[in-house]
Amino acid sequence: MIQTFFNFDIIVASWPIVMAGLLNTVLLSLIVVPLGLFGGLLLALLASIRHPLVRWPLMAWVDFFRAFPPLVLLILLFAGLPFAGLDLGGFACVAIAFFLNTGAYYGEIFRAGIESIPTGQVEAARSTGLNRLQALGYIVLPQAVRNVMPDLLSNTLEVVKLTSLGSVVAVPELLYQARQAQSLTYNPTPIVVAAIIYFLMLWPLVRLLSRLENRALAGRR
Amino acid sequence: MATPSIVDARAIHKHFGALHVLKGVDLKVAERELVFVIGPSGSGKSTLLRCLNRLEEPSSGSIVVDGIDMLDPRTDINHARQRIGMVFQSFNLYPHMTALGNVTLALRKVAGKSRAEADRLGRAALERVGLADRSEHTPGQLSGGQQQRVAIARSIALEPRVMLFDEPTSALDPELVGSVLEVMRSLRMSGMTMIVVSHEMGFARNAADRVVFMDDGLIVEQGAPAEIFEHPAHDRTRAFIGQIQRH
Ligand SMILES: Nc1ncnc2c1ncn2[C@@H]1O[C@H](COP(=O)(O)OP(=O)(O)OP(=O)(O)O)[C@@H](O)[C@H]1O
Ligand SMILES: [Mg+2]
Repeated sequence: MIQTFFNFDIIVASWPIVMAGLLNTVLLSLIVVPLGLFGGLLLALLASIRHPLVRWPLMAWVDFFRAFPPLVLLILLFAGLPFAGLDLGGFACVAIAFFLNTGAYYGEIFRAGIESIPTGQVEAARSTGLNRLQALGYIVLPQAVRNVMPDLLSNTLEVVKLTSLGSVVAVPELLYQARQAQSLTYNPTPIVVAAIIYFLMLWPLVRLLSRLENRALAGRR
Repeated sequence: MATPSIVDARAIHKHFGALHVLKGVDLKVAERELVFVIGPSGSGKSTLLRCLNRLEEPSSGSIVVDGIDMLDPRTDINHARQRIGMVFQSFNLYPHMTALGNVTLALRKVAGKSRAEADRLGRAALERVGLADRSEHTPGQLSGGQQQRVAIARSIALEPRVMLFDEPTSALDPELVGSVLEVMRSLRMSGMTMIVVSHEMGFARNAADRVVFMDDGLIVEQGAPAEIFEHPAHDRTRAFIGQIQRH
């Protein structure tokens, strides 16, 4: 049993491959999370412009990319873009797909946060001469982000998990590399190692999330 | 004209879609004058105040405050707004900042003061509202009356030429109203020009120079407090005052 699922020799042999995958997963996360946060913030700020010409296209955009399965989106980009003369490679496709998909999710979170701040505070700030951007930066965003911190973190957790989708388009991230190692060694051990690494990587985030959620609950009481 | 007016609003109209909320309001306020605005709910009192500092865009009319044409597109509105303090019914403090932080934000970011200078001015403003010892408290740690006084300090720290009050005591428990009125009285003593929308008739009687009665988007009549309260010329004014005093 141990020989099959947690074979020490195979761990040693596949270690470099799996580690390269881990590195790419971390790298991918470090790109797609800020990208998604940035896209989301942009969407949320656009949403605060209540003009119908902004509002409706924005709503359609967010709905569309939230309803669209990210895996389908990714494969569509990967397989479809070359036909449009754009061969970006797997890594860029993952980045774009995530920007579109998780940006929409982050956007809804930011929007909820921004809308949770009473408009009176902005009016008070404006009445003292702060401009729109200053009111946003000093009054609204600090509180909005704090209010939705658990949701942001929880979404980030999902995003990091979803980087494993990169394996479908041959991005050599953790899962992809583990599967490579598995097919080289004819043994599932590398997959088990990858699973453990995923867990060890995400568990601190999960703990942090629980603590934030508990604190939010306590704060509401 | 005897005294130059600090606020000179003429023929102000305001529409919200099909709703005609202000129907040609003229309001002049002289330096050091305290004008008290009364009127039934929905008569347009808040909208009028909010037009004066352009939190609400008037549909037409002209507004000059301290010599600045507020409706001229070339006017730097953020600069002009420093000269017009505003105090809201719901305080609208920034809950993530201390009292001092609330008071100094605009000093630093709009008036361009250094942090040290802003802190000094901010503490002085808090002192004026009797809250020198509360500068490091957050709004959540303050009573409603204290919060409203911080809000007043936030405005006066910028040394405005005129202060607008929109029902500053309406959200307060009765026992806290006095402390806020006390601060407003001392502001008046210091020579601040004030426009106050409120139901505090006692305050109006002994602090206001002029009472303005609004109804249905128009100023129906105005005059000295005693005159308006004892001998209103219009039935609508009489009805409104009777209603208030029965409470
Ligand atoms: N942003 C807005 N959009 C649409 N209608 C508005 C808006 N603000 C005010 N109104 C309407 O304008 C009218 C006047 O409102 P306003 O708040 O100025 O009255 P008010 O005299 O201050 O009343 P109150 O004593 O209840 O505060 C009301 O009918 C109100 O519903
Ligand atoms: Mg009002």
